[in-house]
Amino acid sequence: MPLRLVPRLAPSRLALYGAPLLAVAATVVFGYVLFLAIGRDPLTALHAYFIAPVNSRFGLSEWLLTALPLTLIGLGLAVGFRANVWNIGAEGQLLLGAIGGGAVALALWREGVPGTFLLVCIAGALAGMAWAAIPAFLRTRFNANEILTSLMLIYVADQLLGYLVHGALRNPQGFGFPESRLFSAEAIMPNLLSGTRLHVGWLLVPLAVLAMWFLMSRTVTGFRLQVSGEAAGAAAYAGFSQKRMVWLSFLLTGGLAGVVGAMEVAGPVGQLLPEISPGYGFAAIIVAFLGRLSPVGVLLAAHLLALILIGGENVQMLGVPVAVAQLFQGVLLVALLASDVLVRYRVVRLGRLGRGSA
Amino acid sequence: MDSATISEPRPATSGGAEAPPRLRVESVTKQYPGCLANDDVSLSVEGGEILALLGENGAGKSTLVKVMYGLVAPDAGTIFIDGREVAITSPAEARAAGIGIVFQHFSLFESLTVAENISLGLDNAADRRDLGRRIREIGARYGMALDPGRHVADLSVGERQQVEIVRCLLQDPAILIFDEPTSVLTPQAIEGLFDTLRRLRAEGRAVVFISHKLEEIRALCDRATVLRGGRVVGTVEVAATSVNDLARMMIGRDMPAFGSDHAGKPAGEALAVRNLSLSPADPHGTALDDLTLVARGGEILGIAGIAGNGQEELLAVLSGERPVADPGAVLLNGRQVGRLGPGARRRLGLGFVPGERLGRGAVPPMSLSENGFLTAHWRLPLARRGIISPRRRAAFADRVIDEFRVATRSRATAAQALSGGNLQRFIVGREILAGPSALIVAYPTWGVDVAAVAAIHAALVALRDAGAAVVVMSEDLDELLALSDRMAVLCRGRLSAPMRVRDCTPERLGLLMSGATPLETADAA
Repeated sequence: MPLRLVPRLAPSRLALYGAPLLAVAATVVFGYVLFLAIGRDPLTALHAYFIAPVNSRFGLSEWLLTALPLTLIGLGLAVGFRANVWNIGAEGQLLLGAIGGGAVALALWREGVPGTFLLVCIAGALAGMAWAAIPAFLRTRFNANEILTSLMLIYVADQLLGYLVHGALRNPQGFGFPESRLFSAEAIMPNLLSGTRLHVGWLLVPLAVLAMWFLMSRTVTGFRLQVSGEAAGAAAYAGFSQKRMVWLSFLLTGGLAGVVGAMEVAGPVGQLLPEISPGYGFAAIIVAFLGRLSPVGVLLAAHLLALILIGGENVQMLGVPVAVAQLFQGVLLVALLASDVLVRYRVVRLGRLGRGSA
Repeated sequence: MDSATISEPRPATSGGAEAPPRLRVESVTKQYPGCLANDDVSLSVEGGEILALLGENGAGKSTLVKVMYGLVAPDAGTIFIDGREVAITSPAEARAAGIGIVFQHFSLFESLTVAENISLGLDNAADRRDLGRRIREIGARYGMALDPGRHVADLSVGERQQVEIVRCLLQDPAILIFDEPTSVLTPQAIEGLFDTLRRLRAEGRAVVFISHKLEEIRALCDRATVLRGGRVVGTVEVAATSVNDLARMMIGRDMPAFGSDHAGKPAGEALAVRNLSLSPADPHGTALDDLTLVARGGEILGIAGIAGNGQEELLAVLSGERPVADPGAVLLNGRQVGRLGPGARRRLGLGFVPGERLGRGAVPPMSLSENGFLTAHWRLPLARRGIISPRRRAAFADRVIDEFRVATRSRATAAQALSGGNLQRFIVGREILAGPSALIVAYPTWGVDVAAVAAIHAALVALRDAGAAVVVMSEDLDELLALSDRMAVLCRGRLSAPMRVRDCTPERLGLLMSGATPLETADAA
């Protein structure tokens, strides 16, 4: 039976919420076959993905902790993407946040200032913003493509971090290992839930979701950002400065990524290392699109992605090859994005095109 | 190619007594999402005949043309040429079947010559031999003086259209379709085009002439097939049908009154540009050359001219999208605003209806509420301290919808779901309800249905009577003559001295528009 996709007049609400469920269901079926095919017990493997990460207090806290950076950066990116500002370099802004925050923590190593962790976060945010300001400046001043500049700056940031932990910020008593001192207790993010690694930084998650929702749906600035993204011609006509939107998007994401970087080193890690982020800045791009660039969507997408990141680690402990774990993650993402087509299109059988398809 | 006539139609396969028409379209139906563009549409055209395809915007003319040219696959329907059913699924097949088309919007490369452009459109390499000579021959035979070696960038709009026509005629089509060919031409160029079309008819070719301009159809066509709402209302002999009858068929009722009484009472200067020279922002733009424009409160100033003579540049200067270095070059209610952007100028009382509705005047996927807010928030208190008041935003959109009779389900409807006429009502209404002291309107009724044209004209006249200055830029001379109190012509970046509309004749304007008459600028007047 030949099928055809016909554009919907308005996005379907049923499909809007049903499509992700359909995608998850399809992925579970696929995973069942996949794990069976490599000779693993499918139920154990699926359990490791979807149940084990969240069936204990510690598991839950780890889940929230992994979703934290994804949510915050994803929110910033979603705002920028809606304004057609393509900041791909959140990973680099995160690294600079780690460097900036780490530098403050190390500078106050022996001072014992209460609340140092707050200074660490602020320094991280400022450093992330400063790093994000470079592509913003290049774009607004020279019209340089921000996708390229922000992406390239990731590698610069990575090298900078490596240089510092091998040099200026290296622990003098660390036997030459490329890592900084452990931060003082005042610089470490206070714990939110005893017995877990979840820290107070998590409180930023609900705050940021609310703030982004308010920005995008209630403020003139958020409106202008969206107009810039939807129709640059209309933004120019209405007198909205494109340059301001570029700056705003970059500084916002840079600040959030910077905070995330600072909280990573002042949180679970507790020192500067050459490797800080497992690619949160990149994963957040997926989160932003998966969440349809809306605040609540980003929140949900970040937690879904966090779940499969943790699940991927779990199944590797069961002896599933890393390639298979990544394949499973990839299938889930592809299924989610593919199911999106149902929101804007409906499937009809050829020859049954009704009139007045509203 | 060299024979002056084309082959006679083949005998009908159906065995009918009469020869079948050169082109017959039978029961074409095309459904788009939410819109039945063609509903059981049939028409036929004989060799040696000009058939008018008449209809308002959105009546389904363009869809039918695309079906005939193989650009759109119909859901149902058949095309017969000389009585034989043909399957046309691509433009190449349409050309092979003897159908040629001249589109309203040209597809020419400005930096290439006439011959190069035509060469690009040919299906067979063999046709490229001797191209220059053949272009001259065809041009001479149909009254078009074209130099194959000239660059398209240097040609007038009328000449560019001739390039398209010659390109089409090189294929020696038995059937020619002209899609709104007069919409961009000066009165003189229209006469030239009609001459060409009559010669084509005299050779026995079948011509389909698409238009919504009734006078042109009366002057040129033999029969008219009238479309309304995707259906054929009827086919009539043009000579036996009055303009009023044609209008009634086209819009379903009597023609509403257009235009203005030309009774504006000019008061003080509201919007002015003084001696502005400006190089274009992009390489194919037009430089403004010592341009002076004065619009007074209580009058409608019409600006005529063919596209590409500095319209975009002048609009950008007036609206503030392109600020100029000299603050005194643009004056709004006596204030120097040359360096201010669009937002600041709106606060000072400027309104602007751009020519491009979707993507410029309105954000396509956004609701009418949001699109009302788009520009009105500069002048009206729809937000406080940067925080939008959803209640006031909704109330403003409702007011626009209500007062300007925008046909829409609600203010939550996306702008892109509205018809051209309804969206234009909304945009004009939004700008007027913001209470401007000077309003710039570009191409206000382009692609707009007749009822909306009348409503928009009435709204502009009412705004004028309330004391605001209205500057209307249009390519449609009839519209400007109907609406303006004074008119000026923009040609090659220079603006003529304004004339009272009573002193304007189409001939005089046409000469100014083509640059044949040296411009007297406002300074000299």
